[in-house]
Amino acid sequence: MVRKLLFGIVALILVAGFIMVSTQAMAAEEKKPEQFVGILAYRTGPFAAGGSGWSSGKEDFMALINSRGGINGKIMYKWEECETAYNTERGVECYNRFRDRMAFVHPLSTGITYALIPKGTEDHIVVVSGGYGRADASDGRVFPWVFTLPTNYWSQNTAKIKFIAMKQGWDGKDMATIGKYLKGLKIANLHIDVPYGQETKPILDAMAKKFGFEVRHFPVPWPGIDQKAQWMDIARRYKADWVINRNWGVSCTVPLKEAARLGFPANRILGVWWCGSEEDVLPAGPAAKGYWSTNFHGVGRNFPIIQETIDKVYGAMQGNISFTRVGTVYYNRGFVAGIVDHEAILTAQKKFGIKVLSGEEFRWGMEHLNITAERIKEIGAEGLMQPLRTSCEDHEGGGSVFIQQWDGEQWVNTGMIITPMKEFVRGLIEKSAEKYAKEKGITLRDCKE
Amino acid sequence: MFYRECSNFKDSYASDMAIFPIPLDRWGFIFMLFMAFVIIPMFASEYLIANIIIPFYCFALAAFGLNLLAGYAGQISIGHAAFMAVGAYATFNLYGRLGVPLIPSILGGGLISAAVGALFGLPSLRIKGFYLAIATLASQFLIEWVIVHVKWISGGVFGTIEAPKMFIFGFAIDTAVRKYYLALCIMAVLMTLGKNLVRGQLGRNWMAIRDVDYAAEIIGVNLYRDKLTAFAVSTFYAGVAGALLCFCYLGAANIEGFSVLVSFALMGMIIIGGLGTVLGSFLGAGFFVMLPIAINQSLGSFMEVVPADILSNIESIIFGGLIVFFLIVEPYGMARLWHTIKDKMRLWPFPY
Repeated sequence: MVRKLLFGIVALILVAGFIMVSTQAMAAEEKKPEQFVGILAYRTGPFAAGGSGWSSGKEDFMALINSRGGINGKIMYKWEECETAYNTERGVECYNRFRDRMAFVHPLSTGITYALIPKGTEDHIVVVSGGYGRADASDGRVFPWVFTLPTNYWSQNTAKIKFIAMKQGWDGKDMATIGKYLKGLKIANLHIDVPYGQETKPILDAMAKKFGFEVRHFPVPWPGIDQKAQWMDIARRYKADWVINRNWGVSCTVPLKEAARLGFPANRILGVWWCGSEEDVLPAGPAAKGYWSTNFHGVGRNFPIIQETIDKVYGAMQGNISFTRVGTVYYNRGFVAGIVDHEAILTAQKKFGIKVLSGEEFRWGMEHLNITAERIKEIGAEGLMQPLRTSCEDHEGGGSVFIQQWDGEQWVNTGMIITPMKEFVRGLIEKSAEKYAKEKGITLRDCKE
Repeated sequence: MFYRECSNFKDSYASDMAIFPIPLDRWGFIFMLFMAFVIIPMFASEYLIANIIIPFYCFALAAFGLNLLAGYAGQISIGHAAFMAVGAYATFNLYGRLGVPLIPSILGGGLISAAVGALFGLPSLRIKGFYLAIATLASQFLIEWVIVHVKWISGGVFGTIEAPKMFIFGFAIDTAVRKYYLALCIMAVLMTLGKNLVRGQLGRNWMAIRDVDYAAEIIGVNLYRDKLTAFAVSTFYAGVAGALLCFCYLGAANIEGFSVLVSFALMGMIIIGGLGTVLGSFLGAGFFVMLPIAINQSLGSFMEVVPADILSNIESIIFGGLIVFFLIVEPYGMARLWHTIKDKMRLWPFPY
């Protein structure tokens, strides 16, 4: 009897859910037209810290714009979340769920990015993989629908090497002398042994050859909870001068603890930007103090636009995440992505008029983006983001890398914003993209116009 | 009253050995086929076909493969997602690089997967139960490692492949409905073959091994041969399912999409669905593929009132709760529920 009753209740709940979905679809009627933004979030699963911060930051930015009266005062943002749990199949499902309504998508995972690049190209939806995904997608001739704003992994690694040289005494200006400071340096590239982790091996090898330092790769098997053997090797046998920490999620924290155990100084470890959040260093406790990490935006709340968000969005109880996480690394990353998308929409609306944009129009805006330092100041995001200027060939825009350091309690902006070795990276990107184009039979887009 | 065996007189060997001895079952099955081949492609939305039904077929096929091994032959494998990966990558290489026609490459992907599976089935000759489970777990990690590190397999793009455009005799398979038909046809043919396989000599041998292996050996079952064929056939199904998943659904495959979590999900499908049944593979795949999306979609209507972070977690809570609920209510799987209903229907309307 009880069993039947329980069964009935469960069935009823499910049916009720379905009915609500269908009625909700009918009830959507608003005064101002809406620009729909589909968000592929992951608030559950092993990488929830990154996914929740990012999506909430982006949503808070859109909420801020809506509280100001919308895009150009005419069009409101409307967003919906779809939970992927960092799972590729679910990500593709989410993409298809939103496909007919959205103009652009942030896949937010390497696997989903790779799956969406061909789909987005076919459906004319812009795929924005800001700071992840394929580095060679920065080549707009081969990947017209993909943008790697504001920088990619390869640029990041050249900036990392420049940073290391600067710590060795280089003045940071004259590229001709950088080799002198790097010569004979031993750099350990500690990477998680999945496609994402391996992606920077070739560029590090190429740079090692060019500048005369030594690099050795230390793979960490997924999920990277145990790195004792690798660290014994790095600290005792190889005696590395610098360690590049290229991990993800829980495996980001382990190196800090292992280094402390072996007496390896934390301020000789330089993390990838996915290893540079509060969630990555807090579990390591005092061992993390002095740890460097790259980033592509500023951290903290001391920016006028974030203050305004706190005031208008959180003041009106419209915030999308617990207040304590506002201004953290992942939150700001989503927030900056929101700003960039918004600027692209504004750029496109200048050309096409103020209306809800399609994928093609948004792409035009993305490709003709020009966010100058003055514009950043006007937005109120000085120090939060870098100037960006895209073109038909260059889908990366900026490429500069921010350096931050953990002082034991919070991330500190060091104010160092390092430009990558642009020509060096560009050459490799074009080579790799052309190889891809040849394999797929894509004819390169002519950017002369 | 209508659903009954009595007065169904069997007057030929063929009718005696029919898969569906009861006429109502037969009609029901034909109706289901009609639904799958005609009604769904005609009336279902593209979203439904491309995102719910195609992956459902793929996972049903993979779950059935695992069911052959675990449910019929009694050998556990918790590395089945890796064999799906083998199928996907092998098909990619056969079709995209070597230019083999599409259907032979999908089946070839299955065959390569079967060869690898038979290799990893070798330990089953010496060990069983939990120990075998751990040995098969090794296959998951070994295969993942090989695919990531041997650059030739994926063409150098870090274990990621992009499915090339599909053609059968110059006919492009590009829309969701065409991909749906491809997946459906292959699934239907392989399922029919599989159902008959488990009804035949091989399937009976497998069940004998599952029940008591030494007794099976005494009555003349060749353990060596039949355990390895179980592994080979099972991983053949997994390989084909992986290839279909990559070509018909995702359009691209990344090794992270065939992680150990997928292996566990497959295990969950056959346990929830019902071990040792064909129907159970479908029900289990439906449970694991459709239910989370259905929960997620229905929760979408609360988007305005409940914070997003709570909503995302509620999906996992409800789904986990339902797994526990079904395991308690029906430990033999959802296929058993159908059997209970069938037994009731036979007696209706005069139960004793």
